[in-house]
Amino acid sequence: MTELVAEAPVVEQTADAAYPYNNVVPGAVIGRWAEGSDPALVVAPDKLIALLTHLRDQESYDFLSSVTCVDYSAYAGKARAGIKERFDTVYHLYSTQKGGGHINLHVRVPEGDSVPSATSVYPGANLQECEVYDLYGIKFEGHPNLRRVLLWEGFNGYPMRKDWKEAYFEEENKPFKNRHPAEGYFWHEDKLPWGSNSTYPEGWDPESWQTPISYVPVSQAPEGLGYDSEKSNVGAVGELDTQSIVVNLGPHHPSTHGVFRMLARIEGETVLALEPEMGYLHRNHEKIGERNTWLMNMPFTDRLDYINSMSNNLGYALAIEKLANIEVPERANYIRIIMAELTRVVNHMWSIGFILNDLGALQTPALYAIEEREMILDLFEAVSGSRLMCNYMRFGGVVRDLPAGWLEKAKYMVDTRLPNVLDELDRLITGNEIMMARGRGVGYLSAKDLIALSVSGPMIRAAGVPYDIRKAQPYCIYDRFDFDIPTLPESDIFARYYIRLLEARESVKILKQALRDIPGGEFLSTRDKYTFRPTEGEAYVRVEAPKGELGFYVVSDNKANPYRYHVRAPSFINLNALGPMSVGYKIADAVVVLGAIDIVLGEVDR
Amino acid sequence: MEDSPATNFQDLKSTQTQNYLHDTIQVPDDLQANVMVTTLDKVYNWSRTSSMWPLLFGLACCAIEMIATAASRFDLARFGMEVMRPSPRQSDLMIVSGTVTKKMVPAIVRIYNQMAEPRYVLALGACATGGGPFKEGYNVVSGIDTYIPVDVYVPGCPPTPEALIYGLLKLHKKVERQSIAKVSWYKKNTSEFIPIPVLGPDVFDPRQVEMIREYTLGAGAVRGPAAAEVRVLPQLLTADQKAHLEQVRARYLAKVKQPA
Repeated sequence: MTELVAEAPVVEQTADAAYPYNNVVPGAVIGRWAEGSDPALVVAPDKLIALLTHLRDQESYDFLSSVTCVDYSAYAGKARAGIKERFDTVYHLYSTQKGGGHINLHVRVPEGDSVPSATSVYPGANLQECEVYDLYGIKFEGHPNLRRVLLWEGFNGYPMRKDWKEAYFEEENKPFKNRHPAEGYFWHEDKLPWGSNSTYPEGWDPESWQTPISYVPVSQAPEGLGYDSEKSNVGAVGELDTQSIVVNLGPHHPSTHGVFRMLARIEGETVLALEPEMGYLHRNHEKIGERNTWLMNMPFTDRLDYINSMSNNLGYALAIEKLANIEVPERANYIRIIMAELTRVVNHMWSIGFILNDLGALQTPALYAIEEREMILDLFEAVSGSRLMCNYMRFGGVVRDLPAGWLEKAKYMVDTRLPNVLDELDRLITGNEIMMARGRGVGYLSAKDLIALSVSGPMIRAAGVPYDIRKAQPYCIYDRFDFDIPTLPESDIFARYYIRLLEARESVKILKQALRDIPGGEFLSTRDKYTFRPTEGEAYVRVEAPKGELGFYVVSDNKANPYRYHVRAPSFINLNALGPMSVGYKIADAVVVLGAIDIVLGEVDR
Repeated sequence: MEDSPATNFQDLKSTQTQNYLHDTIQVPDDLQANVMVTTLDKVYNWSRTSSMWPLLFGLACCAIEMIATAASRFDLARFGMEVMRPSPRQSDLMIVSGTVTKKMVPAIVRIYNQMAEPRYVLALGACATGGGPFKEGYNVVSGIDTYIPVDVYVPGCPPTPEALIYGLLKLHKKVERQSIAKVSWYKKNTSEFIPIPVLGPDVFDPRQVEMIREYTLGAGAVRGPAAAEVRVLPQLLTADQKAHLEQVRARYLAKVKQPA
């Protein structure tokens, strides 16, 4: 592990033709950043759209993975690095055609300035820009509907800014020095007279408070949607003089997989417009994560996508390992892959069961689908001590070795039980008449649209795009295994169900090889290090989580805590496609479309 | 000893029931083997504990363990609880399964108000009990009991299905101790309506408006060095401030207790 003295990132702020892309978009790139860790280009705000358009059209960088922001006002290396502007909007672009690494763009603006919205080039920036606006207060010029998605209209301040303190604020960073003060402990609740976790502005009068009305884009029926669409189900209303209404589903609704809200404008039963509304489980992972030490965030990642805690552990561990150059022993790599693939099988069976739940086959198919899950959770419990929140991986390996006899149990699961149960699900569901009638041709969106909306994971593979990070940019040791990327061309609900079954079979294939080849030896290379200071820099690492592309963006200023910790959540960004996929179909189909995206609210709202 | 059903019944009567029932209940001879005598409370509570329908309502991670509890391995149907009702009107028990956020708490209180008496609340997991690992977060309510009364707390992050079942059995015990003659929900005006929290600059409880006004607009007593800030930042209160706030609290309680 590196504990070297930080090298200041090289920054040259002069416009120079020597920078890449300045020959095609003159004056676009005005500097470099983070040369030592994750090389990035600093882009002039007014040239951003031209550069993005060039990268998308000419260089085939068609996938905008992540949009986020960093508040550099408290950055320790700021004076050295010479960052004048307070906010830094960060874009990560990938190519689904070429595969490989990313292009990292930074756009710096002072407080109060706006950034041009990327939604005209990449529609998938929609929700992510809303999130940045919500948490940092940066306005995106040209965004169709910039609103607070995670908090509510009227919330006081922008909580991710470094100078915004929460009600229970104690100190900037953990571990807190005054946890056991000489004068005795205190309760946070005693600090505020009303004894709860809220603060109010000076001079604010609660009696005259009126909640601002938030503009949700379904308040008017959109022009040109619905009747003149080419989709088959539209136009059934005929010549009746009808009026469209807005239907609200959630946040307490059995179809929404948790606390999620959909606003749908419907005419008859046909959806004309649909907009997701979230934030009901916004648990401030990022704010808490920036107070924590690096390792303290590991158990918090369990609670992002709480069905797949092992995958989240893996993504976070890989990000910090890249940032701090930590080696991972061979055995740990195998253990990680075994855990990640077991998790994928669990998730896909779970999601298949609950797609059927949404179709109206209440409970029974889901009970079949999650029966084997309990046995896999027993395997997780044996290695980590916990069924659900495993907290198993560490930087440089895994926290403890496999217990005796574990491999035999896992081999029995993988060789005997899992193939059988997948075949059983296939037999029960795939030919089912209702499944075909409800699933075939419903929720269609073309592969091009899905990629433009930054959708990832099984969703795009069910639209015929063979894009899987395990092949496109292999991490861990995935390049050693023999497996396929299944694709289906239809891009409807049935394909989204079936692709998960096929992927689970491929996971079983990887598991068989990994359990056969796993070597002995060391499982953790950094046993004696609990706190460490990675060198100054940043890293963006993504893994193919079962729900899609899970990315972690971390910025270090050579301290024991992350300066910035951002999660690129696949469930959240896949919701970009919910509205476009549901429009033109029945309201009952919108419920299944949501189920087939396979969201988990812990990850959507974070 | 003669071993007939009738004798057994007489034995049962003498050992299992209270004495005064012996003389008042006359059971015809041909029905003696088919009648069991018990108290009304026992029947009432037995039926309620054996069909306590939970609200189908998942908040966060703990909801996954709640689903696992209802699934085949742990089988909540053994307790007559597998019928999860999505409508608060049809359910007896609200399992608050996960982190309660400020954005969600108005909806939870509204759902609680819509539940018919007798209603019970079980706080599942560390978050619903007291904020859990996310307590310090700006959008997290530190425990649902700051808004609605809770009957059983189940600790854990997340609690295992066994822990949830243990909590449910504890709730059954609580129900079994209640008496139909004394329970509050058959009396007039006893079902409490909880005012819905409002999403302002931060969430606030309508019951605390006066207290908040004292703090943000009121006398200098509650202001400290942080008054210069735009937002009122938390600070440890002095004894004077605490006494002043106690007065405000007492004023509020006096106002609430007066009939409307």
